[in-house]
Amino acid sequence: MQRLIGTALGTAALAFAVSAGAQEFPQKGVQYIIPFGPGGESDISARLQQEYFSGITGEELVIQYKPGGGGSVGWSQLNDMTADGHTIMGTNLPHIILQPLAKDVGFETEDLNNFYFFHYSPDAIVVSKDSPYETLEDLVEAAKETPGAVTFSGSGTYSANHVAQTRFDQLADITTTYIPYKGTGAAVTALKGGEVSAEWGYTTVGANHMDDTRMLAVASEERHPLFPDVPTFQELGYDLVGGAYRGMAVPEGTPEDVQQRLSDIFHEINNNEEFQQRMQDLGFFMIDVPVDEVDEFLAERREEYTEVARDFGLID
Amino acid sequence: MSWGFLFAALTPFNFLLAFVGVTAGIVIGALPGLSATMAVAVLVPVTFGMEPASGLIMLGAIYTGAIYGGAYSAILVNTPGTPSAIATTFDGFPMAKRGDGDLAVTLATISSVVGGLVGALALLTLAPTLATIALKFGSVEYFWLAVFGLTLISALSEGATLKGFIGAAFGLLLSTVGVAVVGGDVRYTFGSSVMLGGVEIISALIGLYCIPVLIDLVATPDPHLNVGEGRPRGFRLREAMGLALRSKLNLVRSAVIGTIVAILPGAGGSIASLVSYTEARRASPRRENFGKGEPDGILATESANNATVGGGFIPTLVLGIPGTPPDAVILGALLVQGIRTGPELFNENAAISYTFIFGLLIATLLLFPLGLVIGRYAYQSIITIPKAILAPTIAFMTVIGTYAIRNNTWDVLIMLVLGVIGWFLSRGGFKPSPIVLGLILGPIAEQGFVQGYLIGNARGAVFETFFGRPISMVIIALIVVATLYPLIAALRRRGRPLREGIANDD
Repeated sequence: MQRLIGTALGTAALAFAVSAGAQEFPQKGVQYIIPFGPGGESDISARLQQEYFSGITGEELVIQYKPGGGGSVGWSQLNDMTADGHTIMGTNLPHIILQPLAKDVGFETEDLNNFYFFHYSPDAIVVSKDSPYETLEDLVEAAKETPGAVTFSGSGTYSANHVAQTRFDQLADITTTYIPYKGTGAAVTALKGGEVSAEWGYTTVGANHMDDTRMLAVASEERHPLFPDVPTFQELGYDLVGGAYRGMAVPEGTPEDVQQRLSDIFHEINNNEEFQQRMQDLGFFMIDVPVDEVDEFLAERREEYTEVARDFGLID
Repeated sequence: MSWGFLFAALTPFNFLLAFVGVTAGIVIGALPGLSATMAVAVLVPVTFGMEPASGLIMLGAIYTGAIYGGAYSAILVNTPGTPSAIATTFDGFPMAKRGDGDLAVTLATISSVVGGLVGALALLTLAPTLATIALKFGSVEYFWLAVFGLTLISALSEGATLKGFIGAAFGLLLSTVGVAVVGGDVRYTFGSSVMLGGVEIISALIGLYCIPVLIDLVATPDPHLNVGEGRPRGFRLREAMGLALRSKLNLVRSAVIGTIVAILPGAGGSIASLVSYTEARRASPRRENFGKGEPDGILATESANNATVGGGFIPTLVLGIPGTPPDAVILGALLVQGIRTGPELFNENAAISYTFIFGLLIATLLLFPLGLVIGRYAYQSIITIPKAILAPTIAFMTVIGTYAIRNNTWDVLIMLVLGVIGWFLSRGGFKPSPIVLGLILGPIAEQGFVQGYLIGNARGAVFETFFGRPISMVIIALIVVATLYPLIAALRRRGRPLREGIANDD
């Protein structure tokens, strides 16, 4: 009997200790590694999370950069890092799915322990203010008339922009030419300089260059509050929803309850109205995928991207 | 624009920020590996609590200081502190070696202030006009610009042109390592995920320039720098001013080149300083002295690279397109603050933009006293520290600096390997500059070519795309002149006796 009580007490104490451990997390500053250079969208959204993180936990969220290989240099090293929850790394879709499908990048999608996805930059077709294309239909017609002659700038090969271009070409049954640039900044320059007919960009591009660009359609489920007049692709009859999704992952072996706690913290940040407003003003779209829904969310995206990877000729 | 903004920039707090920013920037920029981009990125969070204009002033001051600070290590250790200071090593280190390090530092200070002022004044007065130039530059123009840059190799390696070309080819090859931006192919990684990110330019810089210097420092009994006679000679300000006045045309021309190159996103300070160095050399009556410690070389590169600060802000603030990598960080900081760039920044948010531009001018002027004082301290330290301490200190800095760029241990290994290769190459008469030039220009040329080809192909006019655009034609003409120039010069030298010979035949 005594032994039984002892075991029960012990178990209870252990359970208490475990939950206390998670409650006490974080005990020091959390290192937030962005696998890209500073100044990009991943950096900007992380910077916005920073101040709310310390508001909730009393600890600092310290941003570091580990750029290279479109994120793969960072992701391939994540699981070698300290697994106590005080090191987290930004993750991006479609990157973490398409890169391992395309080539050996030193990690597999399943290797990354994503614990939360917090927002995305919806894909959008952007043209300059003086473009002859007033509507998406104008552009589709032009592409039908002379296949391949409509050119789109976009950021990189096999990126979210490239995925959107490939999928839209299929949905609209058109052929367009995708020109990859190094980053969104260079793709916008090409658009503004009149080098390309249009850009496959994001709502964030429309938000940052509102004065001299126009969006024809956005790939979100609802219209973006910043652009109430711009239709979604779905409204126009094309079933296209997507963009560059951003989440966070921890090294392999990080305790479950710490992951849960991290997910809760970022969920709370996402529900802060001021944070939402600031993200929205930059053109982002909030999503809320906590740790227990991450697998399902990734499985859906994976199905989608695998199909695109087939079209790219990356897999048979 | 009103003078009120000048006073807003001159409040004690803003002045203090400019002062602290320039000082911090100089120190960070002087350390190889800690680049201007990193200096700005690290200090961005500090500015979030400030008014936007104050935050911008501080970031602009750090940027200005860091670009200037790169000259110290270029002159005193033969290692560019930032990529913008590559060309400063050509004449800076030979000057320091023969005992004129103090003069070289003062020359760098004067020219950085002049260049910085020209760039900032262009930003103040001509920003909207100049921003349109950035948009006229398409993929094809970048391709030709990179090719033009590669023609500089023959000028940089006179007397050993073949070695220059071999070095550049090696650099171009290095630049293809990793994932290609256009096409997404994985190249020359030999199956290692470590190499996916490619060879980082700054770690290559540190490896190729710094490691051979270190090896020689340890392997030879010579002192690191000659001290010269009559030490201490102070700042040698009057002497430097005289040299600067003699070369005022060079100073202004280099500043204008720096401003214009910086307006083109992606080109940056390293190309600006190399182009102005070559131009200065071509225009100089003492061109054979270049590379052997010619003051005009330092004046050209340091004027040009500091002009890129103001120049780079032009597309950043007017178009929302960052002109240089530090500008990308500053643009991000502005977005986080909720401020949108574009023409409205100069109209609705005029208080922010003009207060910042005046702040940048003040920071540039502060460069003069601060640079001289810190530079003198740096020079004194380098010549007084015994070699037994100097060598390990530099070695330590190279490792820390390389690691810090991307928080990546593998970059340190790549740096060391390149360093050893660099040492062997230097024994064989190869210089590091053509290699680095290839590494920097390779991706610009490659991306410009493929993009231009894809666009031309889509329009069914590949040839017209590459050769039919007006700016392209100008650059192509420059390439032809630059390539044929040595030949023309040689012919002209030979021309006179030849004509005399013909005359004698009559």
